[in-house]
Amino acid sequence: MTARRGNTEGRLAWRMTGIITLCVYIFLFAPIVATVVLSFNDSMFGGFPMTGFSFRWYAKLWENEQVLAAFQTSLWIALVTATVTTAIGLVTAFALVRFEFAGKELLSTLVILPALVPETILGVGLLVAIKAVDQPRTLPLLVLGHILLALPYVVLIVQARMVGIRRIYDEAALSLGATRLQSFREITLPLLIPAVVAGALLAFTISFDNTSASLFWRPAGVETMPTQILSMLKISISPEINALGTVMILVTVGIPLVGGIVLQSLSRMKRRDQQRET
Amino acid sequence: MADTNQTPRPETAGETRPAVEFRDISIAYGSFVAVRDFSLAIAKGSFVTLLGPSGCGKTTILRSIAGLVDISAGQISIGGKRVDDVPIYKRNIGLVFQSYALFPHKNVFDNVAFGLKYRNVPKPEIARKVAQALEMVRLPGSERKLPSQLSGGQQQRIALARAIVFEPEVLLLDEPLSALDANMREEMRVEIKKIQKATGITAIFVTHDQEEALSMSDQIVVMNAGRMEQIGSPEQVYEAPATGFVADFLGKANMLPGIVSSSDGARTTIALAAGQTVSVAAALPPGRAVTVVVRPQKLSVGAVPSGNRLTGRVVSTSYLGGNAIYEIDIGGGTTIRANTQISGPVAAEGQTVELAFDAAACVLLDEHGQRIPVLPGRQSNAKTSSASTSPRQQ
Ligand SMILES: Nc1ncnc2c1ncn2[C@@H]1O[C@H](COP(=O)(O)OP(=O)(O)OP(=O)(O)O)[C@@H](O)[C@H]1O
Ligand SMILES: [Mg+2]
Repeated sequence: MTARRGNTEGRLAWRMTGIITLCVYIFLFAPIVATVVLSFNDSMFGGFPMTGFSFRWYAKLWENEQVLAAFQTSLWIALVTATVTTAIGLVTAFALVRFEFAGKELLSTLVILPALVPETILGVGLLVAIKAVDQPRTLPLLVLGHILLALPYVVLIVQARMVGIRRIYDEAALSLGATRLQSFREITLPLLIPAVVAGALLAFTISFDNTSASLFWRPAGVETMPTQILSMLKISISPEINALGTVMILVTVGIPLVGGIVLQSLSRMKRRDQQRET
Repeated sequence: MADTNQTPRPETAGETRPAVEFRDISIAYGSFVAVRDFSLAIAKGSFVTLLGPSGCGKTTILRSIAGLVDISAGQISIGGKRVDDVPIYKRNIGLVFQSYALFPHKNVFDNVAFGLKYRNVPKPEIARKVAQALEMVRLPGSERKLPSQLSGGQQQRIALARAIVFEPEVLLLDEPLSALDANMREEMRVEIKKIQKATGITAIFVTHDQEEALSMSDQIVVMNAGRMEQIGSPEQVYEAPATGFVADFLGKANMLPGIVSSSDGARTTIALAAGQTVSVAAALPPGRAVTVVVRPQKLSVGAVPSGNRLTGRVVSTSYLGGNAIYEIDIGGGTTIRANTQISGPVAAEGQTVELAFDAAACVLLDEHGQRIPVLPGRQSNAKTSSASTSPRQQ
């Protein structure tokens, strides 16, 4: 009797879980889908109902100098951030896993900290610091801020992979006559590559769609994509913003996707090469 | 750099300079001293095994040769040259690990060729040597495979090929067989020994498996808690253990404490704590405390010819076909093990039996567990740590 009741209760609980999950996903993705769909709407107003299919908002974006400038700025910032963060993150993760040194715990905590502190507080804090030393807000400082924000993720990703690469590979390479640098280049780095690429892509995305910190740190007159969208929103909800949103989605989702695919086919090609070569 | 490795190995005969020499080395991890005052000279072309229980410092010593741990005192020479300041990648050493350590992203060819590449060996030469090394480990044609496509035994062979292909000065093997299953282990044991002989390479092998040590080595170094207990050929270490530790670690010998009751200059009678007496060929002062060490294999049970006799009650019998292992209570709370060939009926549990062993088959230890070197014809170089070892004649 009780078992049976328990069973129906269980089934009900499962159904409820399913329904709630579905609701959450709809809540998460419906706005995204709406943005993408509406970006092709022919209407003058950025909302339903659809009145026809058109690319006119994309064409209009293409002519909007401000948007193009913001896009370029964001792209550059994200590229520089990704490159620098990956390099620093790689070295930091390597040191944290392989070496014992004084202040290791402290360094580890400091590097991860920006991921734990709310971005607004970090934004204000850095702004206050910049003011305190009487520096103007410049593009390099903005990039520096993005590096700070992205570094924890790169370090965590590379560190996780690094832990899995056993030290004896390195020891074997050294015993076979490779110097430490050669061993790193030929053994450790290739084994780390997936994590390095993942870290770089994540750093790019974090920088590319960062809003709140950029709002605090950008120099006067400089707009990144997210801040550009925000300032456009202040005027009106134009359908152009839907198109811009769609482009953002494409970049932030598309780049990691493409990166992953390229990486996979690269390793497959390499394997095939190796088999053919020898 | 390349030329020294390319010249053929000189004949080992007449070579007096040891391949590897430790002089009073100590190794510490922080405040913990893992190896103390260790001295050893290893002759060119010999197969030396470091044998001892877990944590006794075998791996530490091996890694110190490779330069993977720093020594805190003493000095290490390879081929007559001190290597204290030589970085690992210039030491010209072949390393084989318990867990293979093949580079997972490189195929067999690139793994084996790795050491040659960093010695600037020309490409055609590399191809030839790799093929030769793979032939030697009986895995020819496996060049294109990735390590993940090989079995454990095959991976260890590739690791061996990788370590010997550039003709290193010494080959270091750290428990290379313990990750393999029993059958594979035996096969690899024979194979490693064969390859070592064929190449004439000096090999230092680490294990805690006494069977491996006894079957493969020219010399065995028995270690305990960071110190050398004994060095000698497998026969010497087994037949004439220098200390109680060695006797116990190799083959679980019976240890019978007793006191010298009388001695006539050539023969000494010892009263065992078990209440019985044995006599041995030695001259010892009466009243001295000694321990008589007898291997289970040296004891015969039942129809007893001559020599020392003990009587006891069988506690347990393990029938193994050709042999039987008995646990026999000889009184005074002492149980001894006998592993004898069966001739006649097997003694049953509870039965009283006669045990016998030759006076020459036992070793005497003093109160500190050190062997008393008195038995004629049993002189050995036990505990002569500075003695140069030489390949066993066969
Ligand atoms: N990196 C290290 N830091 C601190 N102590 C260490 C380190 N490596 C080894 N030890 C200690 O040194 C001692 C000797 O270790 P070692 O690895 O040489 O033993 P071993 O004889 O090879 O044992 P096993 O048969 O288990 O491999 C052990 O007590 C071990 O705990
Ligand atoms: Mg070990």
